[in-house]
Amino acid sequence: MGGGKTIGDVVLDLQGISLSFGGVRALQDVTFDVREHEVRAIIGPNGAGKSSMLNVINGVYHPQQGTVSYLGAKRHDVNTHEAAVQGIARTFQNIALFKGMSVLDNIMTGRNLRMKSGLLAQAFRLPSAEREELEHREAVEQVIDFLEIQAHRKTPVGRLPYGLQKRVDLARALAMEPKLLLLDEPMAGMNVEEKQDMCRFILDVNDQFGTTIVLIEHDMGVVMDISDRVIVLDYGKKIGDGTPDEIRGNQAVIDAYLGVSH
Amino acid sequence: MSEGSLDTFPRLLLQHAAVRPQHPAIREKDLGIWQTWNWSQVSAEVRALACGLAELGFRRGDSLAIIGDNRPRLYWAMTAAQCLGGIPVPMYQDAVALELEYVLQDAGIRFAIVEDQEQVDKLIECRERSPGLEHILYDDPRGLRHYTQAFVGSLDAVQELGRGRNDSQPDFLDLEIAEGKPGDVAIMLYTSGTTGKPKGVCITHDALINAARGGCGFDKLTADDEILSYLPMAWVGDNLFSYAQSLMAGFTVNCPESGETVTTDMREIGPTYYFAPPRVFENLLTQVMIRIEDAGAIKRGMFHYFMDVARRCGAEVLDGKPVATGDRILYTLGNVLVYGPLRNVLGMSRVRVAYTAGAAIGPDLFRFYRSIGINLKQLYGSTETCAYVCLQQDGKIKLDTVGIPAPGVEVKIAESGEVLVKSGAMFKEYYKRPDATAETIDAQGYFHTGDAGFFDLDGQLKIIDRAKDVGKLANGAIYAPNYIENKLKFFSHIREAVAFGDRRDMVCAFINIDIGAVGNWAERRNIPYSGYTDLAQKPEVYALVRECVEKANAELALDPALCDSQVHRFLILHKELDPDDDELTRTRKVRRGFVAEKYNVLIDALYSGKASQFIETQVKFEDGRTGKVSAELRIEEVKTFPAATAKKAA
Repeated sequence: MGGGKTIGDVVLDLQGISLSFGGVRALQDVTFDVREHEVRAIIGPNGAGKSSMLNVINGVYHPQQGTVSYLGAKRHDVNTHEAAVQGIARTFQNIALFKGMSVLDNIMTGRNLRMKSGLLAQAFRLPSAEREELEHREAVEQVIDFLEIQAHRKTPVGRLPYGLQKRVDLARALAMEPKLLLLDEPMAGMNVEEKQDMCRFILDVNDQFGTTIVLIEHDMGVVMDISDRVIVLDYGKKIGDGTPDEIRGNQAVIDAYLGVSH
Repeated sequence: MSEGSLDTFPRLLLQHAAVRPQHPAIREKDLGIWQTWNWSQVSAEVRALACGLAELGFRRGDSLAIIGDNRPRLYWAMTAAQCLGGIPVPMYQDAVALELEYVLQDAGIRFAIVEDQEQVDKLIECRERSPGLEHILYDDPRGLRHYTQAFVGSLDAVQELGRGRNDSQPDFLDLEIAEGKPGDVAIMLYTSGTTGKPKGVCITHDALINAARGGCGFDKLTADDEILSYLPMAWVGDNLFSYAQSLMAGFTVNCPESGETVTTDMREIGPTYYFAPPRVFENLLTQVMIRIEDAGAIKRGMFHYFMDVARRCGAEVLDGKPVATGDRILYTLGNVLVYGPLRNVLGMSRVRVAYTAGAAIGPDLFRFYRSIGINLKQLYGSTETCAYVCLQQDGKIKLDTVGIPAPGVEVKIAESGEVLVKSGAMFKEYYKRPDATAETIDAQGYFHTGDAGFFDLDGQLKIIDRAKDVGKLANGAIYAPNYIENKLKFFSHIREAVAFGDRRDMVCAFINIDIGAVGNWAERRNIPYSGYTDLAQKPEVYALVRECVEKANAELALDPALCDSQVHRFLILHKELDPDDDELTRTRKVRRGFVAEKYNVLIDALYSGKASQFIETQVKFEDGRTGKVSAELRIEEVKTFPAATAKKAA
């Protein structure tokens, strides 16, 4: 229905990013930006450098060359913690959750950065700590409600089916109330129905909270449907950047995906 | 207030608001926390809603569509409509747009109150062809921010509007309520219709209140009871139990967080009054059994030992009948170690009265719940009779009857064997269908139920099948398909069965396996499978099902009248029968004629002696898209038993 979202200014700007591991050049001079409120997809064949790109954005890797500007300020070698404090959350290709902990507790870890009371205050359940926990629990419940996982609140994550674990992973990231959400193959290994659900959730998050989203995905149908702009990587180089329609007609992209005869 | 003036639901609400204003009327779990509204708050909410609806132009005699899960505001919407002399028409929330459209047009609906975006989308689709729908009002605003259509609005806004109207015209609603008459239609329910188009069943305040008053008296329901309302609002049972009886006795209605959380919510609320169709009891038992099989050897051993004890004497203990001292001691011990904790896990620790109806319940299943101390009873009724015809009395429970006629109900059996009912809790008419009304209510005022049954020696009614389904085999023996199917469905591995045999020389059947139970069974045996279709065609699964069918045959052989109804050949269907494909009704009853027509090839194969048959079927997914499922189905023979040697073989 008539989406009323307005794409804002550039929130994340990457200029000439190059990253290599010894002789392996994972990213070569990649430049692109992400605008506020948009859904930005990164696609490319296996080994194209997509996950490396996300890792650069949230501070896991530090590129040898190039600059990353976030919210207008240049960043220098931020680590993952600082990135999280700045409002960058992410989900992982291979779900990174505490399998033995309940769904609720897992999502609660997403609130960790926002908790102020100290270890002692929490251990003795001081009134201030209790109050704080209630606040955070409420925020977590909002996310649980949003992603419709009420039935699994108390279930250990390890016992849930894969598709649901992915949803919990997203819930944990959302609990951070991020400005920028990085999703690494949110739909990998899902069946059609689960994919549809996930698409709906991603669009809802984008719509309802105005969260800017950068996602990596292999399912072209999904990418073309939900993204505002798409960047295509191949062997660490940017070979395409534009709206889904532009990408669809881009010869370099078609070649990268379908192969070319030499 | 005198008893006489409490003859419409709005008046009952006002009375509770006056007599027990602080008593909890309804709860809903929201964001993980139970929110409570007491009777005085409910009264205020309904007032605001009713005034708001009136402000939007809702008039006496108008119908109000209500679609969604059990939500407090949807229940209030029913009362609000009744306050204004309108008729609420609750509909099944999982119905597709086309089904809704039929009802919208048939009932000439201008106003709809729905739960969420999903329903709003469906109705917007309907509205293109049913422009008579003027207002779509939603409860949950999520995802609806960008809907700019003038005819879509929120209930919050309606209530705000209503509060303004109530401030400026404080006696408006009271005058409207005073105008209501007990003979007015209180609700219209569309029957799911195993045949033909759905019909709107008009039920008056008077009839529904009679049914509610009778039921409350029969089971001594008071304001202190609690019920969990999770069954579709469009179903007559929910109207009787969660709406009419709650407004009669003043007890608390609890709305679960979502359809999936019902088991958890049950545990938290601990209802004292509980209703579920046999299917739900069966699923619960299956879950329990799966978890017991996964438990350690000691726990498993303890469970089975004490369940044997319960099987021996549990039902008798519950009915207060004499039990041997040794067994009584063991049962008491078992109650501490197994039954009590089990009841707790099921959320049934406080259940005082539990009912099941809608389909036959398996003897093992029924006995299981009764033996662990849950007062599970059966009742009999239909939409037309406000689900109020027969009830089982405490302490006089039988497996295969539905109890005695309820207070104020007269039941008699026609020559044809059909059950006829006459009572004060009877529907008024089928909406705009005088022909259909005349067909079912005869000149003496008896309603023809369409069920075949008889009274046993204790005066309890026993239902055997739908009168129209009862047929004859080629050799003249009676053939009651439901009876055979129920026997098969009582096995936990079989979810659904469809029997064929009318005017044929033998009985054959389609089987749907229970993917949960059989899947678990297969995993335990390291049998890999990719999905339902694959699992259903495994030789091991066929052997498992054949064993069940043989057991059912052995039981049928014991009854001389039904000995010829033993199943000779069967096949396991490649897909689950589904209401979305019109194979089941929304209440999950098999549409026999439709299934027979759709799978004609398979029936021919069953009776032609083939060993397998290829079939391709179109399926509809929940989102309305379609796909295809195909498979080569195996057909297997089953051992049958001659009547004389049956006892030995069994």
